[in-house]
Amino acid sequence: MGHALALERPAPDAGAQVWDDYVHNRENPAGETRDLWYHGLGCGAWLVVHRNTVTHEIYGAALARDVKGAGQ
Amino acid sequence: MRFSGFRILKEGLTGNKGWRPHWRDPEPKAEYDIVIIGGGGHGLSTAYYLAKEHGLRNIAVLEKGYIGGGNVGRNTTIVRANYNLPGNSEFYSHSLKLWEGLEQDLNYNVMMSQRGVLNLFHSDGQRDYAARRANSMINQGDDAQLLDREAVRRMVPFLDFDNVRFPIFGGLFHARGGTARHDAVAWGYARGADQRGVDLLQNCEVTGIDVENGRVRGVQTSRGPIRAKKVAMVVAGRTSQVAAMAGMRLPIESHILQAFVTEGLKPLIDNVVTFGMGHFYISQSDKGGLVFGGDLDFYASYAARGNLPMAEHVMEAAMTLMPAIGKARVLRSWGGIMDMSPDGSPIIDKTDIEGLYLNCGWCYGGFKAVPGSGNCFAHLIAQDRPHPAAARLRLDRFRTGRGLMDEEGTGAQHNLH
Amino acid sequence: MRVQSGGLIDRNTRLTFRFDGQSYQGFAGDTLASALLANDIRLVGRSFKYHRPRGILSAGSEEPNALMTIGQGAYAEPNMRATTAELFDGMVAQSQNRWPSLGLDLLAINNLAAPFLGAGFYYKTFMWPKAFWEKLYEPIIRRAAGLGALSMAHNPDTYERAWAHCDLLVIGAGPAGLMAAKAAALAGLDVIICDEDTRSGGRLNAERLEVGGLPGADWAQALEAELRAMPNVRILLRTTVTGAYDGGTFGALEVLPETVARKTGGARACFWRIVARQSVLAAGAIERPVAFRNNDRPGIMTAGAVRAYINRWAVAPGRVVTVFGNNDDAHKTAADLLAAGVHVAALIDARPDATTELDVPFYPGAVVCDAHGSKGLEAITLQGPKGQEKISTDCLAMSGGWNPSVHLSCHMNGRPEWRDDLASFVPRAGAVPGMHAAGCCAGQMSTHAALQGGLQAAQVAAQALGVDLPDLAPPQAEDAPYRLAPLWAVPGKGRAWLDFQNDVTVKDVRQAAQENFRSVEHMKRYTTQGMATDQGKNSNVAALAVLADATGRGIPETGTTTFRPPYVPVPIAAMGAGAQGKGFAPERLTTSHAASLEMGAPMIAVGLWYRPSYFPRAGETHWRHSCDREVAHVRQAVGVCDVSTLGKIDIQGPDAGALLDFVYTNTFSTLKVGRARYGLMLREDGHVMDDGTTARLGETHFVMTTTTAAAGQVMKHLEFVTQALRPDLDVSFASVTEQWAQFAIAGPKARALLNGLLDAPVDDSNFPFMGCGAVSLQGVAGRLFRISFSGEHAYELAVPARFGDSLFRLLVARAEEMGGGAYGMEALNVLRVEKGFITHSEIHGRTTAFDVGLEKMISRKKDCIGQTMADRPGLSGPEREQLVGLLALGNARPLTAGAHLFKTGDEAISANDQGYITSVAYSPSLGQFIGLGFLRDGRARLGEEVQMVDHVRNVKTTCKVVNPVFFDPDGGRARG
Repeated sequence: MGHALALERPAPDAGAQVWDDYVHNRENPAGETRDLWYHGLGCGAWLVVHRNTVTHEIYGAALARDVKGAGQ
Repeated sequence: MRFSGFRILKEGLTGNKGWRPHWRDPEPKAEYDIVIIGGGGHGLSTAYYLAKEHGLRNIAVLEKGYIGGGNVGRNTTIVRANYNLPGNSEFYSHSLKLWEGLEQDLNYNVMMSQRGVLNLFHSDGQRDYAARRANSMINQGDDAQLLDREAVRRMVPFLDFDNVRFPIFGGLFHARGGTARHDAVAWGYARGADQRGVDLLQNCEVTGIDVENGRVRGVQTSRGPIRAKKVAMVVAGRTSQVAAMAGMRLPIESHILQAFVTEGLKPLIDNVVTFGMGHFYISQSDKGGLVFGGDLDFYASYAARGNLPMAEHVMEAAMTLMPAIGKARVLRSWGGIMDMSPDGSPIIDKTDIEGLYLNCGWCYGGFKAVPGSGNCFAHLIAQDRPHPAAARLRLDRFRTGRGLMDEEGTGAQHNLH
Repeated sequence: MRVQSGGLIDRNTRLTFRFDGQSYQGFAGDTLASALLANDIRLVGRSFKYHRPRGILSAGSEEPNALMTIGQGAYAEPNMRATTAELFDGMVAQSQNRWPSLGLDLLAINNLAAPFLGAGFYYKTFMWPKAFWEKLYEPIIRRAAGLGALSMAHNPDTYERAWAHCDLLVIGAGPAGLMAAKAAALAGLDVIICDEDTRSGGRLNAERLEVGGLPGADWAQALEAELRAMPNVRILLRTTVTGAYDGGTFGALEVLPETVARKTGGARACFWRIVARQSVLAAGAIERPVAFRNNDRPGIMTAGAVRAYINRWAVAPGRVVTVFGNNDDAHKTAADLLAAGVHVAALIDARPDATTELDVPFYPGAVVCDAHGSKGLEAITLQGPKGQEKISTDCLAMSGGWNPSVHLSCHMNGRPEWRDDLASFVPRAGAVPGMHAAGCCAGQMSTHAALQGGLQAAQVAAQALGVDLPDLAPPQAEDAPYRLAPLWAVPGKGRAWLDFQNDVTVKDVRQAAQENFRSVEHMKRYTTQGMATDQGKNSNVAALAVLADATGRGIPETGTTTFRPPYVPVPIAAMGAGAQGKGFAPERLTTSHAASLEMGAPMIAVGLWYRPSYFPRAGETHWRHSCDREVAHVRQAVGVCDVSTLGKIDIQGPDAGALLDFVYTNTFSTLKVGRARYGLMLREDGHVMDDGTTARLGETHFVMTTTTAAAGQVMKHLEFVTQALRPDLDVSFASVTEQWAQFAIAGPKARALLNGLLDAPVDDSNFPFMGCGAVSLQGVAGRLFRISFSGEHAYELAVPARFGDSLFRLLVARAEEMGGGAYGMEALNVLRVEKGFITHSEIHGRTTAFDVGLEKMISRKKDCIGQTMADRPGLSGPEREQLVGLLALGNARPLTAGAHLFKTGDEAISANDQGYITSVAYSPSLGQFIGLGFLRDGRARLGEEVQMVDHVRNVKTTCKVVNPVFFDPDGGRARG
């Protein structure tokens, strides 16, 4: 999951703990993670990048739009 | 053994054979009153103040590598108390007062050098914000001066004042800020704690935290289980992993911050100087190297090493601000793992588990906090109530929104650290 | 002393240079070091701590002693290694870190005090009296420390950066690297080969070796020529790969020859970022000195360096040379010296079973245990099986074996691997993804092994790229075995140096262990071992061995310190090339920029944009004169202001309204076509992100306006929302900030001005307050928005950017005819403060909708970003500091932004802090100073008097808390 949890925005009435988890709390893994990257100086795409926070190895990337779309 | 010029003379005359270990390497005991996880600057100072100010002795500091091997040994050594917001303001003020006199307290020369911190500003808006911060500092009882462009020029004449993208409007000068010898801070606290009976257990990695019925019982380590009445987590760079052992999920992301040092040069920069239009801060060490750093690499990482784009950006800031150092050569670069909290400010608090205490979230500011953090954390652990200077550094501020300390005003946004 | 013949120098080109004020001569092809040795200069520097006399140790970039300042004035470059500085005609070099002169250095007294200056002594003293550290001890230490000095003039030289991609990066153009490059190039791969030297060949240039029947150096030149002829090969000489980073990225520093750079005005150096799919590390090895008493005397060098000076530069580093080693290279050195006609006083081999056929005094099983002569070596003492013997000699060549240059392989946190047979470390496979070590760097110590290793590394790299290599056999070369018996430190009294520059001795490392600095990192930090400019290239492995011995551990268990970039020091100016002066950030200019400059407007930077501060007129001597007049223009006639820097985002699609409803707190889907609405945007954490006006131009077409400051952030936010949260929305958007030039026309005469220009006049019915729509302006299609940031009857007129300049000039001319004119940022600020309109001075990232009195704008009929978290208890309520207006009581003292607020009579300390001022203005409309600020529970305190205290500007003013809208509170002027 990692930081890409940003995609899973809770419902407004989900409760304080859920929202606190969503906005603030992080698994912050040392190892594999999926997090969001922004192609700021390029096409403006948000990407879900599957990578390793210890080695910086990148396993793959997908458009956030597609990942989110697939989840629906 | 007490350190002094006389001792150096005596040892020098007798072949330096009499020097003794600065600290012992004891075997772990089965049980301690207090176990501190993390032998970095904050953990060591916590142990020191627990022993010195609260009379506690049965304490162990557990370090998975060597003491002082984390961020206390890989930073830009800046010490200051120049914050704007309540919470940070009184905490760093408290910490700076402990820095002043630390050598005598520890009997260890940590080379605290109050050479002044100069924050430059480059617009009217930045000047007004600097004034607000400066006024906060004075209200807190610390020192601050608002310098105009000419006063800055007198202080740092070699900056590029004229043909530059973001002209210098002036600076906020904090005379009591400065630098210290980072490793010595860790060693001084380690030695002071050891002398007071604290067991420093190196190469002792914590692999589990034992909790029974909502109460902490001890830890599992690579050197066997250790029982403890109280356990304190102070492990910047590994906060999330250690907290996870107690089932906690924290508002922390780990990021890389790079720093750089040049070859030795004759004295040229007296103060700490910071650029206002990009992250760049620089000072010169007593050895002559220019020590400087910049912004985060902006991706979560535990690699303790950065990449070229941010390194080059830092050099760019150097060149636009002080092109006189262009011919200085970068000798070494390194990266620290920053415990980034959502508001950029630290946490010193109890947890929901009885006897388990938390110290984390120092972001870029951990080094200058070492005395204050240990002092306040020790107070919390020993007395179970916060030290007045750290009472606002609460974990629940994110959930409640009360007393957030977002100095930079960037907010808790996903991926915008 | 120059040898009569031989060497890779051009004896026909004589070069004159100066060292410490004396003039000398050398030849083209010399380094400063070889030229100094040719002139019998042995004392070239002083050490860091003890100021010991030092000579040249090496012939490469690892040199710790021969650091010079080269050049003069602003061009002077400190800490240049004489061993890599290409000699040029007119070079001026100065020794460093000595006073008053290299020969007589007063700080050499430190050497006598050495027993008291051991490892970490400074941690134990200088603490009393307390004030003396900063006042006395530290200043003395700082002055004594440091190496060379910078001129402190702005850098006058040009530096560059460059980027390159390749299939294979070959690091090092010695035998292994050249072979790897050749094989890969023949297979069609795109190859870059870098070497720090001025010529390819590596050690072949320094040895008397044959490759493929040719002298090694000639073979390398021939192969280099062959590679240069290939279109898929780039050879970068004088280019040191400095770092290995993620994704196959490497940093490299290319240093241009002094002569070329100076004469052409070209770049002094270029910093490369090279992205390679695969890489071969063929960086060679560095010979290690042996630690023995006084092993730092000038005249003691590594044996490999002695061979390099003899063979490559035809320089004998001494007249009577002694050779000492623990491996066969010592014998090779003696042979080369003899071949060059240099007298060899002794060949000392620590291995008891060593033999030689050379006609020299031979001492197997012996070690050098002391060296004599302070400013230059005069003799050595050896300890052999038969006792001690003193031998007169002026140069000692020592070889403790070779340390593979593993550094780059460790830059991504990989640890090197210990090899007992080499008594050193080699790169660990896979430590840097895609990197393959070859040659000496991989422990392939003979020329044949290196050539073969280069081929193999290329093979592995090619395989990874899915390419077949042609069948290539290495050329004929020597394949002598590498035999050594480890010898780290010769036992005995006195100081034996490990780190020459930082003056770290064997004793220091042992003392560190004694004081329980047993971790290798602790030892390094405590003694400063390996922290000098060579970063331990000469000394780390030996220091490690001494530590291992002192702690009773093996070397692999002791571990290594971490090698980090850069491999060689890189000028800040090279890595930051292009940023000096205005190059640090792009400059964004509005279409009215030129006209504003013509009108004499001082421009100020607002983010990346430049905007006019005010437009001075004749007779106005202070910015306030101009500003007050411009405010009066707007309030009484008409003013014109370029507002193009505000972010403009064009949003289209069936779900455009839904998107806006989601990102704004208030509702936009219900907005009528042809109308605009003020919107408030929150961050997900419930704080205000930005505000602005968004206009509905069509059923599915909106134009959003952001603040100048937050334009980029809002764009990124919209991308996030539409891609990561609501990809279901059928909406597209694009930033059109730069496509439209937009001008505010504000004041009672605004409509009159407009109607004099528009093809069809506007009135309250077709353009009511907050109306918007298309207009035609002399045939140009524009957009008109009736919105106001000044509180006056006002419009913003947008035209395609190419018409901006002429429209601005036209608007200003018409305004002036009507008694008005252009206004700048200062007047804009006064006008908005008078109206209590907020900017990022107020919404500074810590304020909530509640704080600025806009909590009612958070619609409860829909979800929006930030809505839930804005409901957190801490984000509203009487504890919050709330936006208020502040009116200075009496005109004697102004208000200042940044001042804090206190209850009257309270001491100005943190505990009493009630708030702060964010914006101030002198209001010509009201005739007094006014301000906006945040006051605890401020909205409940209207009418109260508070004290404003600005310590740093020394201003205290009593002010009255008022509604933030100072002027025309019911808004009739804007609507009318």
